[in-house]
Amino acid sequence: MAETAVSFTLPAQVRLGWAFVERQTNLWKRHWAWEVVWMVYGVVNTLAITFIAKELTDAGVVSGAAANDLLLFLLVGTLVWAYLSAVLDDVSLVITWERWEGTIEHTLMAPVPRVAQLIGTAVFGVLHALLRTSLIMVLSLPFFDISLGRAAWTSAFAILLVGSLSLIGLGILAGVLPMLYPERGEQMSFMIQALVLLISGVYYSVETLPGWLQVVSHISPATYLLRGVRSAMIDGASLGEVAGDLGALVVFAVVLVPLSIATFKAAERWAKRTGRLKRHG
Amino acid sequence: MRANVSFGEDSTVFPDATRPLVVSGLCKSFTSGRRPNKRRIRAVDDVSLDVPHRSVYGLIGANGSGKSTLIRVLSTLVLADSGTVEVFGHDVERESMRVRQLMNRVSADPSFFGQMSAIENLLFFGRVYGLAPGDVRRRSVEIMDRLGLSTQHQKGMVKELSRGQQQKIAVARAFLTSPVLMLLDEPTTGLDPRSKRDVQEFVREVQRDHDATIFLTTHDMAEAEALCDRIAFIAGGRIVAEGTPFELRSLVASGTDADVDDIDMEDVFMTLTGRSVEDDEEEEEVSVHG
Repeated sequence: MAETAVSFTLPAQVRLGWAFVERQTNLWKRHWAWEVVWMVYGVVNTLAITFIAKELTDAGVVSGAAANDLLLFLLVGTLVWAYLSAVLDDVSLVITWERWEGTIEHTLMAPVPRVAQLIGTAVFGVLHALLRTSLIMVLSLPFFDISLGRAAWTSAFAILLVGSLSLIGLGILAGVLPMLYPERGEQMSFMIQALVLLISGVYYSVETLPGWLQVVSHISPATYLLRGVRSAMIDGASLGEVAGDLGALVVFAVVLVPLSIATFKAAERWAKRTGRLKRHG
Repeated sequence: MRANVSFGEDSTVFPDATRPLVVSGLCKSFTSGRRPNKRRIRAVDDVSLDVPHRSVYGLIGANGSGKSTLIRVLSTLVLADSGTVEVFGHDVERESMRVRQLMNRVSADPSFFGQMSAIENLLFFGRVYGLAPGDVRRRSVEIMDRLGLSTQHQKGMVKELSRGQQQKIAVARAFLTSPVLMLLDEPTTGLDPRSKRDVQEFVREVQRDHDATIFLTTHDMAEAEALCDRIAFIAGGRIVAEGTPFELRSLVASGTDADVDDIDMEDVFMTLTGRSVEDDEEEEEVSVHG
């Protein structure tokens, strides 16, 4: 049966969406100890991976500009992964979190357009990930002698901004799984993250992958995000030079965001048909 | 505390302002278990109700009788297999957003973000109903004060409050949005006598002073008789009797020598359903084709 739409003005949708940003911020403040844990983990992970490049430099395997490039390659990989996984976690856990707390029924019966709920949650995810990743970067940089003289920050931020939209789409799609599978959906969401880690060239270039995985890597927006940010930060690529990756990310955003919201709505309808919206845990 | 919208002012908000809740031929079954033990459970079976405007309407049944499924269908959280539900003339499935703007619900499980304070929780739930933050704060405090929650409890983390205190916050959350149809799903289950009395008095006050129609599920017979203008008994997913408390007692008294005043609602329930309201019901298995 088709739903008769109730129209909400854009300012009304923004206000409703902002309620989710505020709620997530309140929850984040209350769970500060976990934030400290993830921050420490993020810094340690960044250092542990990037020290591999330092060892190769110290051993003379790479030297000069190549050594700096390798340090930056791994540093950018770990930082982008910290950002990407934080966005995916925050967005994809939108249903799981509500199930843990038991508030899922009360939130879903509120007169809020699903798009406002999802985008509000995603906006918090992006702001949260930006803050966390920036702190990890600030805390990690002093450990290495890295030259950022060639970095094209505008290109890097443009890639990150557009790439974030496609990550939001991916996160919402992953968030559908806990709605469809209350007991195993969360684990399935993490498997999607693991797959993105494998195929997107986080710690190595995608050319390192077997041929068939290189083909699969094209369907991950993170592949273009990482390549674009690395081009900007290591090679100083201008906006024109990262236009290819930027274009691919725009296409991902244009396809994934509406597709993920439509999929979420369809999954919600199926969950209501089968009675799967109740709390768990 | 007043309803956001008044009856009769906007026919698009209330196509049928005099009928807050009309349920017609509602059926809902669920699939349970996994192959090869998969089976269909009929939770709600051909239920029809017409709840009078500005009344407190009680639905009484044992655990597993279909009360919660029916409430979830009314709340737009479960889609029915067949039949219709209209809230002030709006179909709950086709016009779910409009229906959500008109109703709210208190469930047996308070369900809050435990790490957040009562005020923070209410601020969120008020805002998603479109209320301004200042209004939410003012009204939250008014309602929680009225329900006897101290300032300290209002500002403390919800997870550190007793179940009775949490349930009072759940009541505050629901009435905060001034719903014209309130669904109370066993709102006093598990509460201590004092908390139960506070909640019941608040419901009575809202019913007396405001525009709300209240649909209450319970298995507390005394509560039902004290609060409800009309009562329906549900067993095996079906409505087995419906009427005012006096009509239901008279129905049972007519078959015996007992005086109507000597018959309580527990007797009525047992006579009409053949079981005690304290007994959990076995879910009814049905064969479903297609």
